Amino acid sequence: MIRLPAPKPEVMARRAEIVAALNAMLPADAVIGEELRLKPYETDGLSAYRQPPLAVVLPRTTEEVAAVLRYCHAHGIRVIPRGAGTSLSGGALPLADAVVIGLMRMNRILEVDYANRLAVVEAGVTNLGITNHVASDGFFYAPDPSSQLACMIGGNVNMNSGGAHCLKYGVTANNLLGLKLVTIEGEILEVGGRHLDAAGYDWLGLLTGSEGMLAVITEVTVRILRSPEGARAMLAAFRSTEVAGQVVDAIIGSGIIPVALEFMDKPCIHACEAFAHAGYPLDAEAMLIIEVEGSVAEQDLFLGKLKEICNRFDPISLRVAQTAEESLAIWKGRKGAFGAVGRISPDYLCMDGTIPTGELPFVLKRIGEMSTQYGLQVANVFHAGDGNLHPLIMFDANDPESFRKAENFGADILRLCVEVGGCLTGEHGVGVEKRDLMHVQFTPEELDLQRAIKGAFDRDWLLNPAKVFPLVEAA
Amino acid sequence: MSARVEAPASEAELAALIAAATGPLAIEGNGTKRAMLRPVQAERTVSTRALTGITLYKPEELILSARAGTPLPEIAAALAERGQHLVAESPTLAAIYGATMPPTIGGLVSTNLSGPRRLTAGAMRDHVMGIRAVTGTGQVIRSGGRVLKNVTGLDLCKLLTGAQGTLGVLTEVTLKVLPRAPETGTVAVRVAGLAAGVAVLSAGLGSPYGVSGAAVLPEGLPGAGGGTVAVLRLEEFPESVAYRGERLRGELARFGEVALLDEAASLPLWRAIGEAAPLGAAPEEAVWRVSVAPTEGPGVAAATGFGKALLDWGGGLVWLAGPATEDAHRAVMAAARAAGGVFTLMRAPDPLRAAVPVIPAEAPALAAIGVRVKAVMDPRGVLNPGRLRAGG
Repeated sequence: MIRLPAPKPEVMARRAEIVAALNAMLPADAVIGEELRLKPYETDGLSAYRQPPLAVVLPRTTEEVAAVLRYCHAHGIRVIPRGAGTSLSGGALPLADAVVIGLMRMNRILEVDYANRLAVVEAGVTNLGITNHVASDGFFYAPDPSSQLACMIGGNVNMNSGGAHCLKYGVTANNLLGLKLVTIEGEILEVGGRHLDAAGYDWLGLLTGSEGMLAVITEVTVRILRSPEGARAMLAAFRSTEVAGQVVDAIIGSGIIPVALEFMDKPCIHACEAFAHAGYPLDAEAMLIIEVEGSVAEQDLFLGKLKEICNRFDPISLRVAQTAEESLAIWKGRKGAFGAVGRISPDYLCMDGTIPTGELPFVLKRIGEMSTQYGLQVANVFHAGDGNLHPLIMFDANDPESFRKAENFGADILRLCVEVGGCLTGEHGVGVEKRDLMHVQFTPEELDLQRAIKGAFDRDWLLNPAKVFPLVEAA
Repeated sequence: MSARVEAPASEAELAALIAAATGPLAIEGNGTKRAMLRPVQAERTVSTRALTGITLYKPEELILSARAGTPLPEIAAALAERGQHLVAESPTLAAIYGATMPPTIGGLVSTNLSGPRRLTAGAMRDHVMGIRAVTGTGQVIRSGGRVLKNVTGLDLCKLLTGAQGTLGVLTEVTLKVLPRAPETGTVAVRVAGLAAGVAVLSAGLGSPYGVSGAAVLPEGLPGAGGGTVAVLRLEEFPESVAYRGERLRGELARFGEVALLDEAASLPLWRAIGEAAPLGAAPEEAVWRVSVAPTEGPGVAAATGFGKALLDWGGGLVWLAGPATEDAHRAVMAAARAAGGVFTLMRAPDPLRAAVPVIPAEAPALAAIGVRVKAVMDPRGVLNPGRLRAGG
C-alpha cells in the first residue's frame, strides 16, 4: 500500500477559514468545500487509492489560478493540479490537507494558426478536442493516448503522454511549442512560444513530464499537423511471441517505420475478440497490428513490403485491410483492449514499463512464469515499435490478498523492465503508483538531485508532493 | 582563453578533476564552437575529446550510445553502414567557425543544434534518450536510459541538452536514430521575395505530403543564379518522392515556376542549407540565428536591414549576417522581440560577445529558477561560467 504524508495539523484546523478565503478570491461556483461534493475528486484513473482533499477550486482563468497559488504558498497549503483525472498512476490523487486545482473549466481553444501550424489552447481542453477542432480543415494533433476522449492537454503535458502513433509522430514533448504556467508563488510565466527551440535552458522540456511538481500549466501552444492522405492497417498473427518479436525487428531493420506497430499476446487477443468480434485469430500466440499512411498507392506499396516481411516468418494469419472500414475493424479490438479485459476480470492493473525491443521474447516468457507463480492472469498489449509494455494484471479488488498480489506482480514486472535495460514507465508517469520503485532505476544520489531540481521550483514542496519520489522522513 | 586543454581519459578521471577544481573550467569537446555565445573566462579548459567510442548500437532498436568525445563522422559512418542516420541533422557549422576538427557528439548535444529536418522530425534534444554526465561537484549522474519511451522521473536529458555545458559535462549520450530515407528529392519554386517564399513553404507544410525540409534561398539555387527560390524537401521511398513531388508541383504552380531536383542535386543543397552556406556570411561579419513563428521570418530579415538572410524551418529559423557591432546586435534583438521570438548570437569577435546579451533575458521569476537550478547542478559555478549569460 502507498503511504501518504501526514496532513499538516495547522492546515486541517483552518479548513473553514481556507474555504472562506478561496471563496472570497474566486467566483461563487468555483470553490467546493462540502464533503459530499469533494467525493468525485478523491481519486483518478488509479481508483484503488482514494483520499478526499481539503477543498477543490475550479478556476476559469490563469489569474484565478495565480491567486489561489499565491494564497496557498503564503499559508503553506499543499496543492494538487488536476485535469480530467484519467491518470493511471495516481498523479492526481489528493492529500487530506491539499487544495485540488481542477483545470477542466479552462477549456477554450484560444487560437488556431494554420500558416504556422499551431494552436493555443487552455489546459482543460481535451486531447481529442484539439483534433476535432481542426479536423475539418485537414489537420490533427498527433499524440493520441487511449484516454484521448477525456484526458486534457494540461495533463498530457504533465505526463508527457504518448499513444499508439508516437512511433512516427513522437510523444507530447515533441509536439509542443510553448506553455503558460503559474509558479507556486503565483507568478505567471511563459516558456517557449510560437517558435522552435528557445535559447537557454530547455524549460519546456523539463516541465513536460514533470507530473505537476514544478508548476501549474494553464495554457499550451501545440503543433498541429496536416493529416496524411489516408491510412490503412494490416494484421499479422504468429505461432509464438518470439517469432512476432523477430518480425518487429525485421520491420524496423528494413527501414520502414510504420505509423503504428501494436502487439497483443494470446490472452489479450482472446479478451479483445470476445468483446469486439474483430475477427482476430484465436489460435495465434501473438498478433501485430501495423498501420501505414499515404495515398492509396503508397499504402499498397508499404503494406506490400510489410506483407513480404511477415511472410518470411510463417504467419498463421495475414490480413491487409482493403478499405478504411476494414482498417477500423482491425483496430476495433485493440482500441477496446482495456474494456475487454475489464469484462473478463472485475479489476485489473495496467503496467507501463518500457524495454529494449530485443528483450521482448525473454520478458514475455518471464511475465508468463510470474503469472503462474502469483496465480493471476495477465494480458499483454503494447506499442511494439518502441518497447512500451502494457501488461494488464487481472485481480479482484474485493479481495485484499488478490490486490496485494497484483501490486507485487506489477512491481516484479517493472523491476524486470529495469533489469533488462528499460524503465519503470513509458507514458503513464510515476505518480504514487511507481513512486516506491524509483530506487530500482535511480541511485539515492540521482533521486536527491531530481528532488533538488523540484526544490528549485517549489522550495516548500507544496506542489503535488508525495508523487514521483519515495517519501523522505521529515527531518 | 587558455592554450592548455586537459582531456581526462575516463569519466572517473573527469569527475575527480571537476571535484578538485578550485576555479572556473571552460568545457568543450573538440572546441569547434568555442566562438559561439559568450567567451568563457577560465584558466583551465577541460575537453571530453578523450572519452571516445560507440558503446552500444542496436539498429533494430533504433538506439545508439556513444561517449561524449566521439567525433560525429565516426558515428555517422557506423549508422550509414546500417542505412541509418541521426535524425536532427545537426550541422557542423565548420565554415561559420572555421573549424578544422569534426564536432563531437557531446558537443552537438550540449549545443542542441539541429538542421533542416528539425522542422518535422524534431530537434537534437528530441532524440536524446539518455545521458551520463558529471555535475559541477564531480558527481556522476544518469538520466533517461536506452529505450525510446521513458517518462520516469524529471527529464534531466532535456535540461542538459542545449545547456552548453553549464549544468553538467556530458560523458555519454544515448540517441534515437532512424533509417535514412531511400530517396531524397526537392521541389523548388521561384518566388518574388522572402514573404512569397514563406507562403509557398506554408502551403507545402500544410499539405499531406510529409515535407521534411522547407527553406527560402534569397540568392536562388547554388550555381543557378538570381532570384529568390523556396525549396521543399521530400525524403521517402523513390515511388513516394516521385508521386509527392508531382502533387506538390501541381499544387504550388500558382505561386511561381516549379522545378523538381533529383537526389544528386538535393543532398548537397540541404547539407548547405543546414550549414547556412547560402547566407554567404563574410569572414568579418557577425552571424545570428533568430527563431520565430514561420510567417514572422521575412519581417525579421527586413527589420534588421542587413540584406543577408537565409530562412529555414518553414521561415521560422532566420540566419542573419551583418556588421559585428553593438548597433547591429541591438537591431537583431529588437527584431526578434517584436516578432515574439528569440535570438542567438552565433559568431562575433570576443569583445562584442562579452559586451552584449547573446541570448534573450528571461522574466525575473524564471531567471531566479534558473539561478537555483544552476546552484543545484553546479553550486560552485565552475562549469563554463558566463557562457550563456554574464555572471551566470
